[in-house]
Amino acid sequence: MTEEALLVLADGSVFAGRAIGAPGRADGEVVFNTSMTGYQEMLTDPSYAGQLLTLTYPMIGNYGVDAKVEESGRIQPTGLIVREAAAFASHLRSAGLLEEYLKARGVVAIDQVDTRAVTRRIRRHGVMLGTITTDETAAQALARVQAMPGYDDTNWVDTVTTDSAYEWDAPGEPRYRVALLDGGVKRNIMRSLAARGCAVRVFPSHVHAGELLALKPDGIVLSPGPGDPRLLNAVVEETRALIGKAPILGICLGHQVAAQALGAGTFKLPFGHRGGNHPVKDMVTGQVTITAQNHGYAVDADHLDASAYVSHINLNDRTVEGIAMRNEPLMTIQYHSEACPGPLDNTEIFDRFIAMMAAVPGGVS
Amino acid sequence: MKPASVLIIGSGPIVIGQAAEFDYAGTQACKAVREEGVRSILVNSNPATIMTDLEVADAVYVEPLTVPVLERIIAKERPEALLPTLGGQTGLNLAVALHNAGVLEKYNVRLLGTPLEGIRRAEDRELFRDMLAKLGEPVLESEICHTIDECVAAAEKIGLPVVIRPAYTLGGTGGGMAFTWEQLRATAESGLEASPITQVLVEKNLLGWKEVEYEVMRDGAGNCITICNMENLDPMGVHTGDSIVVAPSQTLSDKDYQMLRSSALRIISELGIEGGCNVQFSLAPRKDVCDWKGDPDDPLPYHVIEVNPRVSRSSALASKATGYPIARVAAKIACGKTLDEIPNAVTRKTTAAFEPALDYCVVKIPRWPFDKFALGDRRLGTQMKATGEVMAIDRGFEAALNKAVRSLEVGGRSLLWERPEWRNPEHEIPLVATDERLWGLIAELRRGTPMLEVAHRSNGVDPWFLERLLNIVNMERRLLNEPLHPELLRDAKRLGFSDEMVGQLADRLPEQIRAFRHENGIRPVYKMVDTCAAEFDAATPYFYSTYEQENEAIAEPGRGAVVVGSGPIRIGQGIEFDYASVHAAWALQDAGLRSIMVNSNPETVSTDFDTSDRLYFEPLDEEAVRDIIENEQGAEAEPPASIVQFGGQTAINLAEPLRRAGLPIIGSSAEAIDTAEDRRLFERFLQDLGIPQPPGAAIFTLDEALKTAQTIGYPVLVRPSYVLGGRAMEVVQNATEMVGFLALATEAAQGKPVLIDKFLEGREVEVDAICDGHQVLIPGIMEHIERAGVHSGDSMAVYPPMHLKDDEKEVLRDYTERIVLGLGAVGLTNIQYVVLPREAGDAPRVFVLEVNPRASRTVPFLSKVTGVPMVQLAVGAMLGRTLKDAGFPSGLWPERNLVAIKAPVFSMSKLVGVDTYLGPEMKSTGEVMGIDRTFEGALTKALMSSDLALKPNASILLSISDQTKADALPLIRKLADAGYTMYGTEGTAAMITALGIPAKAVTKVLSGEHPTVVDVIQDGTVQCVINTPEGRLTGSLRDGFHIRRAAAEKRIPCFTSMDTAGAAIDALTHGAEFEVATLREYLGQ
Repeated sequence: MTEEALLVLADGSVFAGRAIGAPGRADGEVVFNTSMTGYQEMLTDPSYAGQLLTLTYPMIGNYGVDAKVEESGRIQPTGLIVREAAAFASHLRSAGLLEEYLKARGVVAIDQVDTRAVTRRIRRHGVMLGTITTDETAAQALARVQAMPGYDDTNWVDTVTTDSAYEWDAPGEPRYRVALLDGGVKRNIMRSLAARGCAVRVFPSHVHAGELLALKPDGIVLSPGPGDPRLLNAVVEETRALIGKAPILGICLGHQVAAQALGAGTFKLPFGHRGGNHPVKDMVTGQVTITAQNHGYAVDADHLDASAYVSHINLNDRTVEGIAMRNEPLMTIQYHSEACPGPLDNTEIFDRFIAMMAAVPGGVS
Repeated sequence: MKPASVLIIGSGPIVIGQAAEFDYAGTQACKAVREEGVRSILVNSNPATIMTDLEVADAVYVEPLTVPVLERIIAKERPEALLPTLGGQTGLNLAVALHNAGVLEKYNVRLLGTPLEGIRRAEDRELFRDMLAKLGEPVLESEICHTIDECVAAAEKIGLPVVIRPAYTLGGTGGGMAFTWEQLRATAESGLEASPITQVLVEKNLLGWKEVEYEVMRDGAGNCITICNMENLDPMGVHTGDSIVVAPSQTLSDKDYQMLRSSALRIISELGIEGGCNVQFSLAPRKDVCDWKGDPDDPLPYHVIEVNPRVSRSSALASKATGYPIARVAAKIACGKTLDEIPNAVTRKTTAAFEPALDYCVVKIPRWPFDKFALGDRRLGTQMKATGEVMAIDRGFEAALNKAVRSLEVGGRSLLWERPEWRNPEHEIPLVATDERLWGLIAELRRGTPMLEVAHRSNGVDPWFLERLLNIVNMERRLLNEPLHPELLRDAKRLGFSDEMVGQLADRLPEQIRAFRHENGIRPVYKMVDTCAAEFDAATPYFYSTYEQENEAIAEPGRGAVVVGSGPIRIGQGIEFDYASVHAAWALQDAGLRSIMVNSNPETVSTDFDTSDRLYFEPLDEEAVRDIIENEQGAEAEPPASIVQFGGQTAINLAEPLRRAGLPIIGSSAEAIDTAEDRRLFERFLQDLGIPQPPGAAIFTLDEALKTAQTIGYPVLVRPSYVLGGRAMEVVQNATEMVGFLALATEAAQGKPVLIDKFLEGREVEVDAICDGHQVLIPGIMEHIERAGVHSGDSMAVYPPMHLKDDEKEVLRDYTERIVLGLGAVGLTNIQYVVLPREAGDAPRVFVLEVNPRASRTVPFLSKVTGVPMVQLAVGAMLGRTLKDAGFPSGLWPERNLVAIKAPVFSMSKLVGVDTYLGPEMKSTGEVMGIDRTFEGALTKALMSSDLALKPNASILLSISDQTKADALPLIRKLADAGYTMYGTEGTAAMITALGIPAKAVTKVLSGEHPTVVDVIQDGTVQCVINTPEGRLTGSLRDGFHIRRAAAEKRIPCFTSMDTAGAAIDALTHGAEFEVATLREYLGQ
């Protein structure tokens, strides 16, 4: 007997489906991602903390699950919404079914949902709160959704950052020492740095600049992460103290933090950018690349300090996709050069970061 | 960078491997180039294309696609640039040939799209390997070998298993796979033996590996994107055009997907392509399906198999699968635009620089011609055999697959179909690649065979696909065993089961299932193909059905009409019907109506999202069309009317079901259609009008057939009614032949009667007419070069008629008017006549052969050469606009001062085992047009374009049947005068020698002394063949079969009709001069 589940959105819309994960309730901001592959990478991306993830591709789980592709140690969104979870997986590396994976980790999820209808609703009305529930009526669930605290009121970074600092070693003799501020980092950022000869020390997001600089890093990475960047005043303050001390690469939330440290503001996008197909133009070279994106907020460059400039824009909505400083080795990108999931077109960002570190006179430790 | 003018090369006639997709691509390209303010000059020999319409390009040449003709056009037009990447392999090859001939340099023509070096590196085997090696991309290891020892050495290097491919053999005979050293030696020996040049290719065996394709795009600034990736259900070994293809890929992880995507982008960058490109990969499968060496924890091994440095069939599929207009964007890039400067025509907000996100599943199934060529070799391999394809979209694979099968229109076959012998559990169901493999796979699973066993026996179909087939089987079981309840029906519909399939399993009529569905509110909704998975508010009116919650295709206000399209391209129903459908949609728009297109063919212009106001990508069956009409009715009192006369037999067959459902049809009524197609009604109808037709009858049994034939006298023409393209049609000479042939005709008739008519040998004439209910306009009369007995679609047709007297034309006009008005046909009607020879002073002897109250395949040809907008007038008439209001007179439209010849083109070299002789059953896949001021000029061009032109001073093989020997004599003399060397089969050689002309006899006995007839063809001794067969059921047909096959595979002209041969010989001996001019110039505009 299949278990029934409901998806109830704050605007009162109700979608009936089948429970494919653990029984119970999952609450969160309902968002959608248009990537056609990479469900497990998305499920383990800390930037989805506090959110119900809708996947627009209808058949999910076709190639099973594989621990090697996880981007963090747990499933990050509170729940998953799909059209059809595969009852059968076919891949050399599959170690099991998506449903089993969700159940074993206690994650509530629903399938048989008209996910395109959900997506269209979000596109028209913006992201909204919702719940997946297996033990309530729609009315009960709706009442609960309407009483939920807003997504933007929670500091989600605190829920995903590492408890204590740790090392991610480079294979062989490291050439650079990198300090990474973890706001919800994905493992492939560390893998990408390590593959380029970096020994990475990962710090909790509340680390003080002094403690981080005591490492004498050759470069600093500000990681991606979930939630409203305006709640991160403390991190922004510490970041301000880091600028100019070592080459800095900011990715996604790290970009938003750095931008704020340089005077810019941020704002919430109506329904975010989540997918693997966003075109970004490098304003310096004119080159367009296809990027992986996962963010609900964007930088407002109006008050960006004169020492910095907008280096990349999104061709879909012309929002800021990157900033750089004129005279300091700092570059930030709103998109995900580490991919996983998504196109590998932008891995050269890491090469540029290495080049920035290499260019610092006498800087290499 | 933007050129002032561009020459665009079309792909020529529709042949297997190069079909309607290039009309779609070329049309988009011409429009895009004009939008950029660049003068577009188009050349294509195929008149049945939208791209050769006067309005599409600034200058349209319907001329032969040869270097000398193109040079004349270039000299005349002086284009600044040449865009060859939208005309298939034909376009690309011509670009290379023009370069090699120094033409591009001489006239300073810049090549757009793909640089010559890029073309060479993609197409030359060695350069291709060098390029891949440079990029560090894995290439498929292979070596050319000439001895067994070389083969062994190569296999040692590559590692077993290997494939051995003999060079220059037909259909890969002699080659094969070797898994052991013994097999290697044996296969090497047979392969070297089979190759005329004793050469084989020893290649790594990738049998069982996945085949995956990427469509990629690059602009002049080096920006690269992927439009779509596609996974073949059929693993490596089957031509991608013959594979069932799904988009996007289903069994690739994100790691696999991105690895291949990056590879494809590296390749397009290295080739320097500015436009579209297709890259094919093989990817390692599951080890339990097909083992391979290597660590499963490493990135999966892959190989780059092939690169097409141009827009391809796959790009058309990818365009329709994603909504991204590849050809349009490629053309804009060629004009110097970068991706981020090109607006996204779908979202109208974003740019062309993005990658489509699909939120549905697309399934393509090829349409093979084996329903017509039952004796053809059905095995699929590296040579493509499909003539067309269908595509279906749904939210799940099973539903898309079921809908695609419904769209195929192969004898109403659903996935439930099985060969009768498969029901016997002892019978082994063949699971190797054939056109029936899909049904074999599901039948095997139905038997309960374990999935992995099926995967192995099918050489590696991924279990993911098999499990989805099993879902379908499980639903079949539920429908068989459970009482039908709404939940079950809903689940079945979500898996794509048609009402008919459900009815078959649940023992109800389809109509009862439909009623039950409606009682329970189970109706399809329609979702948009928007390129972006709903992320942006798109404006494309392109929809597919599914059973889900939200309907996006809300009926719009205002009067609309549904144009029922023609489905997959197949022999007998080609691109001509898509041409008519497209014009019907445009004519509706011109008349202020909303045009609603329904079609299932991804290759065509009709399924371009901006052709109609709304496009439904759906099967063309009763259920789908009625659902669409109901959806489009919305809250209106009246459902929108349907137009069924442009989509060939597919559409016309829906007239009766729609009428039964009480749905309105505009144009000829279902009754008029029935009168024309029902033999008895039609006979009475003509009798009442006093118009003669060959005597005959409609029969059901052999007894009736023999009696009828005896009464009217042999020879008789036997054909099933209500069947297109002359399927199972034959001239039968005597009772013995009748006994042999009738079973085939009865089977093809599918319960409808078989028609037997007196066969009248005369001049065949064809007429298209437009009627508004009161007046009849005949744009033109076409006269066939081949006498009656050759299917009209396989005949060369001449406009205006060359041999008809004025009084004969007058009779044709009179008969046509009376028939059309008598039927009450509104819109287009096609009538075929035979005009018999007569003594001086006798009245014309004209008989009606066939009346089709619908658009025929001659509509594009005749529209182009007469300048009469036939479809537009027909649609106007259906909507109540008279010909007079449209400014057209009635009667016979004045003949133009030009001669145009439509010539058929065949794809016989690709269909092993199929006999090529011309008969009443249609065999051609496409057509070309030769147009000029003189008959000779037009004929020369028609022959050139259909590869039938004879070379001077060549050698010919003749094998002439007794009944055509008299006709052959003058031709033989002409050939001798033209300096031809004659070879003949024994009897024919004796006849030629008796004329005092030297001829060498060669034996028909293939096992006999060499050289045989086949040898002289294969070794190039002769450059053309005339072979007239005796009849389908006699020994001579079998004898001649080898001659005709050898000629087809050697790709040399082979004439099976004395009339065609006569025309070709006349063209040779007259050595006609011809003009090169635009269509407008010919039309005097």
